[in-house]
Amino acid sequence: MKEEFEFLFSLVVSGLSIGMMYSLIALGFVLVYKATDAINFAQGEFVMLAGFICAGMLAASVPLWMAIPIAIIAMVVFSFALERVVLRPLLGRPVVAVIMATIGLAAILRGLPPITIGSQTLTIPLPIGDEPVKFLGTSLAQIQVLGLVVSAACLGGFTWFFMKSRMGVAMRAVADNQQVAMAMGINVERYFAIAWAMAGIVAALGGIIWGSMLGVDTQLALVGLKVFPVVILGGLDSIIGAVVGGLIIGVVESVAAGYLDPIVGGGTKDFAPYVVMIIALMFRPYGLFGKHKIERI
Amino acid sequence: MFYREAGTFKTTYAEDMALFPLPITRWSIRVLLVLVIAVVPLVLHEYYLSIFNLIFIAIVGALGLNILVGYTGQISIGHAAFMSVGAYTAANLAVKLGLPFWITLPAGGLMAAFIGVIVGMPSLRIKGTYLAIATLASQLIIEWIINHTPAISGGAAAAIEVARPTIAGYELKSQRDLYFFTLFFALVAIVATMNLVRSRIGRAFIAIRDQDIAAEIIGINIYRYKLIAFAISSFYAGVCGVLYTYYFGIATYEAFQIVVSIDYLAMVIIGGLGSVLGSVLGAIFVTALPVVIRIMVETFGGYIWDPAALSAVAASMRLIIFGSLIIFFLVVEPEGLARLWRNTRNYFRAWPFSY
Repeated sequence: MKEEFEFLFSLVVSGLSIGMMYSLIALGFVLVYKATDAINFAQGEFVMLAGFICAGMLAASVPLWMAIPIAIIAMVVFSFALERVVLRPLLGRPVVAVIMATIGLAAILRGLPPITIGSQTLTIPLPIGDEPVKFLGTSLAQIQVLGLVVSAACLGGFTWFFMKSRMGVAMRAVADNQQVAMAMGINVERYFAIAWAMAGIVAALGGIIWGSMLGVDTQLALVGLKVFPVVILGGLDSIIGAVVGGLIIGVVESVAAGYLDPIVGGGTKDFAPYVVMIIALMFRPYGLFGKHKIERI
Repeated sequence: MFYREAGTFKTTYAEDMALFPLPITRWSIRVLLVLVIAVVPLVLHEYYLSIFNLIFIAIVGALGLNILVGYTGQISIGHAAFMSVGAYTAANLAVKLGLPFWITLPAGGLMAAFIGVIVGMPSLRIKGTYLAIATLASQLIIEWIINHTPAISGGAAAAIEVARPTIAGYELKSQRDLYFFTLFFALVAIVATMNLVRSRIGRAFIAIRDQDIAAEIIGINIYRYKLIAFAISSFYAGVCGVLYTYYFGIATYEAFQIVVSIDYLAMVIIGGLGSVLGSVLGAIFVTALPVVIRIMVETFGGYIWDPAALSAVAASMRLIIFGSLIIFFLVVEPEGLARLWRNTRNYFRAWPFSY
């Protein structure tokens, strides 16, 4: 009985830490959706791109303390350009158009690395040890602890930003009602660009952490597939929802994989989150914390 | 410059309801039919016929997706999953029960339609974004279930080999035989879609796409028609999957992964949303483009990339070019190739006069 409980406990703890790192990626998605109502199907590819930039810098023997800021700045520039060239012309078009454009973007980003730097897996060695950290009888890899800290800092920082700072309040106004925000003298298009830039920053951090954990190749983009269950469960426009959704999905995934994988022979990890998501869509499509503005037919 | 509609008067209802009301269109269709039925299969080498076969199969799938995305305005990122449902249904029926293709083909389509309705029931109560994510989920879940159920997937490799179709004892083995097989179904699909979209059901689809609330007010049961659209679209996808199975002689989930769903979305967007001609043009374009890319990369790629990695390079180039084309058409010409063709035609309508 005791071993049983310890097994479950260790699954939950590792699920929570992975879930927190899902939240980090989901955060980029939520930031964009909240401000611009655009769905970014390329979030995973953003993360992959940031990982490639950082790992490519390191491979060109740029020191780590420079590679990380460069990756962040590059992602901000990329997001600005993307908003300007692709998303802005699609303003006011059906939601399907924006979804398709980001799917197209995802295809481009996934195709780029093999023809530019080849298909080998790059690494991002962060200056942390390999020894697992002991925590209440279970152990966590140090990279997971770092991911947890960075995710928590990001989520806290953005919550403060939206609640207290002038820019954050303006952004919430834009998200709430674009026309009224415009009438109050807020430059809506500028805030759209800022929202994308913030998503770029979050993707850069996610890319560095996930990249150093999994290694950087095109497979890294697959973490983006976990974003959808997280944001649907938490609510598409809620930062706290991204956190709670990420934690729940992380735990579900970890526990399901721990108990079901031996029976069905693997793959539960990629499957269980989507089952949770379908259930959420049926009973609470706006998510746990999302705004109840979904249109039903 | 030969496109003239002056001087055609409709004196009977039959003429008014004809699929192609203008003599010029009827004649060009006839010429085109003679070309694809008689000239192409006799003149071209088997290799080129194999490309035509893939195009004809893709036309069926693209028409189905266009009914859903282009005419009804509902997005689906999981269409390849419905194709795999059709493919595995037909493969199991053909191998385990030994049924001929004229039973397995509609059976595969109907099974896909049934699964489509099951997926559609929860998904269609929500729109836009949520529907896109729900269909993405259905793609992953269907793929996982097929892969992990030996009764469906036929064992560990999740692939079932199927014999080629036979008609009256004659096995369709060569590309030339299969050419007529796939051409027949592509033509049936084209005519069926042209008639569907101008029927009562098709008009309801278009009304839902253009303004769903207004459609509901004039008495269209939106939920029911969306489900019908999903079912018809999945039926096409299922038939398309069955055709792939018979064409390749094997049903494998690897041929129906999410990349394929995106290929088909690329077809309907590049070809033109809400247009039968667009689906056909898009299917031709998206099927033929990889061939061109592969030839280009194999010819010139050796100067830039490692010769051993060229097939990976060609695959990546394909992703990049498709992605760019999707974005380009969405931003610049949302109505796709079909619109470009219409613009050209309209230019020559009164040529050499400007109007």
